[in-house]
Amino acid sequence: MNTPVIGVLALQGDVREHLVALAAADAVARAVRRPEELAEVDGLVLPGGESTTISKLAVLFGLMEPLRARVRDGMPIYGTCAGMIMLADKILDPRSGQETIGGIDMIVRRNAFGRQNESFEAAVDVRGVPGDPVEGVFIRAPWVESVGAGAEVLAEHDGHIVAVRQGNALATSFHPELTGDHRVHSLFVDMVRADRTAESL
Amino acid sequence: MSITENHAPETGTARVKRGMAEQLKGGVIMDVVTPEQAKIAEDAGAVAVMALERVPADIRKDGGVARMSDPDMIEGIIDAVSIPVMAKSRIGHFVEAQVLQSLGVDYIDESEVLTPADEVNHSDKWAFTTPFVCGATNLGEALRRIAEGAAMIRSKGEAGTGNVVEAVRHLRQIKNEIAKLRGFDNHELYAAAKELRAPYELVKEVAELGKLPVVLFSAGGVATPADAALMRQLGAEGVFVGSGIFKSGDPAKRAAAIVKATTFYDDPKIIADASRNLGEAMVGINCDTLPETERYANRGW
Repeated sequence: MNTPVIGVLALQGDVREHLVALAAADAVARAVRRPEELAEVDGLVLPGGESTTISKLAVLFGLMEPLRARVRDGMPIYGTCAGMIMLADKILDPRSGQETIGGIDMIVRRNAFGRQNESFEAAVDVRGVPGDPVEGVFIRAPWVESVGAGAEVLAEHDGHIVAVRQGNALATSFHPELTGDHRVHSLFVDMVRADRTAESL
Repeated sequence: MSITENHAPETGTARVKRGMAEQLKGGVIMDVVTPEQAKIAEDAGAVAVMALERVPADIRKDGGVARMSDPDMIEGIIDAVSIPVMAKSRIGHFVEAQVLQSLGVDYIDESEVLTPADEVNHSDKWAFTTPFVCGATNLGEALRRIAEGAAMIRSKGEAGTGNVVEAVRHLRQIKNEIAKLRGFDNHELYAAAKELRAPYELVKEVAELGKLPVVLFSAGGVATPADAALMRQLGAEGVFVGSGIFKSGDPAKRAAAIVKATTFYDDPKIIADASRNLGEAMVGINCDTLPETERYANRGW
């Protein structure tokens, strides 16, 4: 059996929806709030939520450095919305003291698509996800201003980058976990599976 | 309809409104009356702030009619922070809600803390792009608000008292009624809907899900980290804190402590550490000494 164990960072945000989506995509999913829980997972999802809150709690409870170390070591990681911000090497206009884990060579603009009244749903073609476009739910969503040479753009909406992959790190501006369509999570579970296979060789 | 029209971006959908509340889960939403307080709340790790002119404790003290806040004051807070900003409209005062939407607030709280403007009807919340949160003391009330378009529900604990007893009652009531529905067969669900005075489709959905179809937060009376953790252990997915923070001795420290206890609600060691040396908590009011006419939970129906 090759069922990967995938954590969801559970400091704040829509953790439950990611746990459900990962389970539906044939992974064992569990919440991660402590360094020792992080050490036990094969991959990690950074959920949607408030990036300032999640970042503060990660620093406060000694998770930020272990997270950075595991991402440096190549642990597969997937961030949605706030999670995308956490994976950016650089944020435009960060709040004072807002730290990121980093891992993707990109510059992210927070709340770039506007406030809640501008939040929207739209169909998004995501490279690596076969079939129909993904239903993208964008909530006070960020976009990617620019990516470095190592990062691959997987999707755009309205001329803005909304999905990026660099090595084992994946990020989307939108929330596949809110739609019941688990194809993006399946893509990530496949990344974790491939990583485990590569490591066991 | 052509395919391109089908794929045109759509704002204000139920998924976008309810999804916004999903992003707030596990977090603390704090009442603030100035941009400075909003910054303190953001720095302490609040997931959102509720912008209002007076915290509920002062509304109680001052008496009179409590209304929507000054747009200048709300805009000042929107400009001061990057986290979402909520604001309150009176129950049934849909024009106040229209104004709040035009100001660009991220969530409208149709709130019993303000003086109701309509004694029969709540606002039609489907008519708005901005999502609404509403209070409920029991499952039927929660489902009536959801039927009117509320995208998030909170308890109606007595705001401004610093006493968590009413919020506990509401949370337990809602949870117990949901648990009861789980055991009902289809025949019984029709009668349950009648008894709850709520649409059958929603009652059936709750019976199947085992939870509300929208996010459920606690509100009213939270004054300490342990209060916040209690509400989460009772099933609240997050916590509103009103007067409890900025009516206390050291707001910045208490705010950060309540955030920690809300995330680690099931870890007594962390709650203990968060509870140390917080200075004075708000004094509080015993709810059984409150006259019926001053009970906010009786407002709304």
